Amino acid sequence: MNALSPVVRQRVLSAAALIGFFVLWEVVCLAFGVSDLILPRPSQIAHVLVEKMPLLWPHALQTLYTTFVGFAFGVLAGIVIGVGIGSSKLAYDVTYPLLVGFSSIPKVAVVPLFVVWFGAGTVPAILTSMVISIFPVVVNVATGLASTEPELEDVLRVLGARKRDILWNVGLPRAMPYLFASLKIAITLSFVGTVLAETVASNKGIGTVMMIASGNFDVPMVFAGLFLLAAMGVVLYGISSLVEQRVTGWSQRKTDLAMG
Amino acid sequence: MSQSFIQLSDVMLRYGGGTIALDHTTLGIAEGDFVALVGPSGCGKSTILKLVAGLLKPTAGAVIAGGREVGAVGTQPAGAHAAQAPRLRIGLAFQNPTMLPWLTIRENVMIPLKIVQPFRQDFAKKKKGEYRDRVDALLAQVGLKGFGDKRPWQLSGGMLQRASLCRALVHEPELLLLDEPFGALDQFTREELWDIMQSLWMARRPTVLLVTHDLRESAYLANRICVMSSRPGRILETRDVGFARPRTLESSYAPEFATLVQQLRMRIAEARRDGDGTPPPVVATPAIEEVAA
Repeated sequence: MNALSPVVRQRVLSAAALIGFFVLWEVVCLAFGVSDLILPRPSQIAHVLVEKMPLLWPHALQTLYTTFVGFAFGVLAGIVIGVGIGSSKLAYDVTYPLLVGFSSIPKVAVVPLFVVWFGAGTVPAILTSMVISIFPVVVNVATGLASTEPELEDVLRVLGARKRDILWNVGLPRAMPYLFASLKIAITLSFVGTVLAETVASNKGIGTVMMIASGNFDVPMVFAGLFLLAAMGVVLYGISSLVEQRVTGWSQRKTDLAMG
Repeated sequence: MSQSFIQLSDVMLRYGGGTIALDHTTLGIAEGDFVALVGPSGCGKSTILKLVAGLLKPTAGAVIAGGREVGAVGTQPAGAHAAQAPRLRIGLAFQNPTMLPWLTIRENVMIPLKIVQPFRQDFAKKKKGEYRDRVDALLAQVGLKGFGDKRPWQLSGGMLQRASLCRALVHEPELLLLDEPFGALDQFTREELWDIMQSLWMARRPTVLLVTHDLRESAYLANRICVMSSRPGRILETRDVGFARPRTLESSYAPEFATLVQQLRMRIAEARRDGDGTPPPVVATPAIEEVAA
């Protein structure tokens, strides 16, 4: 056991846990004779995934595309609003109740509204994905800006720094780790928003496929959709973590960075 | 009345909550002087510093720094000359070094050059050459040679405080404001930094206002020590410190030095005792506001 480094050991164990989970699932389904209308076995799902991939793939791309566009708009809007309310105490206090109210609306409730405005299809899905990802970005950017030490602000103000100087040199870099922490949340939420809108009103995307499949009691197909969604979610999360480490490594105090 | 480089005239300051931090405070500091403010905690030492820096406006009275009114209520600026005097170059250092963690030490020290005129206009051009050399020379003077490329979290508290002093000095300020800059350090580091501070001051002769609660520190560094009363703060006594420079650690154990520290200590003990019985008076005047940047 001692021959393995802790990192390798951790990886091996988590891979074992993952494989073990599916093996257990398979075995339980076989042992109790669970119908594939209730809970299909992983091997059946894998079979469907491989067989139906030509059909599923365009829908997966559509879901990814919608998520990215919605996420990009959401983050952009979130940064603008966050900087706006985070750089002024007054703006923060005034708009905070509005933001809380806005964010408390269950986003599934606004999808029908988007459909009325823009018709069924890609646009309401992009909008849902955008709206759902704005709030965490706004809150984190505003909090990051507000966390500037007052002493440091004094040092800069005494030098004659303008508000813009302080924002640019201190506020924005200080808010970066907060922004990236929120991106990880936002990308997952965007994904949820997309699938949500697709299940309600769309003719493309994994969400639509799953809706139609469940209508036909094609449960293995529903699970195949779920698997695809999970895989895409993990990849998106991984990408945003990677970007975060690249950009805000200074906030994580790693020893390997110290050597470089 | 002759006007000093820094002049506080009958200054009163009340915070938003109604607490009177300073009352009838008058203090003059000559150009190139080194003045220390000592007193019981909460007596308004840091408030004086912030007034001089222009971070606070006095509720009443006038604060003039370098011939320019820093902020006053109910009085006009003292003539066209005062209004036109250029902004004083000020360096500020606190107990907490507040380095920006995403920048190297060199980049941190360079921040004032990025903001203060006339350095600002040439910053993009000179940051790799002249300014870099200037920062490195300054870092070497405080014993941080070769640490310019390190990140703040790789340095100890004492080293960060040295870097913080460099940041306060890099733009050659005419006025240096120090708010307990060595307060969080251990005894040995502190004494080492006294020496560094003294030689930096002797080489450049900026006007220095040092707020401290360490009486030995005030006697070691300052030309003049102002003892303040408990809140509301007032300057009770001003002592000239005539010891020859450069002062050394050995000289700080000389009998005259010990006597001075002892006298200061007694004076502050008295101030604390007197201050306890008198509640701060409440007068109806508008609350002060922080000066907008």
